[in-house]
Amino acid sequence: MNSFIKQLKNGIITENPNLVQLIGMCPTMAVSTSLVNGIGMGIAATAVLICSNAVISLLRSITPNKIRIAVYIVVIAGFVTMVDLLMQAYTPTLSKSLGLFIPLIVVNCIILARAEAYASKNDVLHSAIDGLAMGLGFTFTLCILSTVREILGNGTILGFHILGRAYQPALIMILPTGGFLTLGIVIAVMQKLTSKKGA
Amino acid sequence: MTITQIFSLMITAILIENFIFVKFLGCCPFLGVSKKMDTAIGMSLAVIFVMTLASIVTWIINTYVLVPLQLEYMQTVAFILVIATLVQFVEMVLIKVMPALYQALGIYLPLITTNCAVLGVAILNINKGLNLFGSALYGFSGGVGFMLAILLFASVRERIEFCDYPKCFDGFPIALITAALLSLAFMGFQGLKIW
Repeated sequence: MNSFIKQLKNGIITENPNLVQLIGMCPTMAVSTSLVNGIGMGIAATAVLICSNAVISLLRSITPNKIRIAVYIVVIAGFVTMVDLLMQAYTPTLSKSLGLFIPLIVVNCIILARAEAYASKNDVLHSAIDGLAMGLGFTFTLCILSTVREILGNGTILGFHILGRAYQPALIMILPTGGFLTLGIVIAVMQKLTSKKGA
Repeated sequence: MTITQIFSLMITAILIENFIFVKFLGCCPFLGVSKKMDTAIGMSLAVIFVMTLASIVTWIINTYVLVPLQLEYMQTVAFILVIATLVQFVEMVLIKVMPALYQALGIYLPLITTNCAVLGVAILNINKGLNLFGSALYGFSGGVGFMLAILLFASVRERIEFCDYPKCFDGFPIALITAALLSLAFMGFQGLKIW
């Protein structure tokens, strides 16, 4: 149980895939325009991560070393297709607003990186937990970014107006510029915090 | 396709809907290899090359294999496999035929498999309903847009080395802020409308 919590903390904070390992940037910036999108993307990626980590770990003893990357990609692409079809069927609006970025989960570096760095060396249970932890870390980053961007750029949170009618939305936060800017500042804050802890 | 259509497709892919600054495709290599000018040039040439080839091959696969067999839902799996194979193949051909070019591009090629701009352009071609020539052109101009962005960014980044900024912004954060300012400049192109 203890190691479970440790692994979760590792994924969400100490080795957060976006903020500390600095991978998987494209979807992070692209879909974080509103909190709903952010959460949707986070859940989709987490589901793929858990399943692909588990299967890759199951196959690890019979995967020839030379073609392992190809095997990983096929496994990941299979799960992404499933998630894509499920989302088209059950959450059509969300699926439409995430658009291109659902099939692009295949080339999200986080998933391939965890397959290579963790699932190929550890047993099924731990790999699945690692997938969950990393996925939650990704979702966590997405939530922070999309909350900031939605409040500043639209004056709403989850569609509810919270800043009052007088607030003039800073449209720029929803545009691509806001994505780069917010992520840059969040990582800077993260670096500030960790460097203080170290000192 | 008429000349105007070709021109408008290219300007759209390069400036108005720049892959990095507007569509957020290919940010990882964009942030990763843009520290030095020469690596940026190598990477972007490799991207242009692979994006053009991948656009052509995936279009052919989609039109002549997936659509007749009604397997469109396997698009993602088929495309990523084709791209991965293509990249390997290009690598082998380059070693044999043009060792000098391989020397220059070699280390960037494996990275391209997981570049979302390549898979992105393949899917966009199909979504936009372009024909074979249009797809190749869109792939090529998307690559040129990537090159433009990464070269601009690399030259700015080389200068940032000598600047004085808060210490916690060291590394990635300052690069992202720079990218934000550059993308702001690219937003100016949104006003362009071409018929």
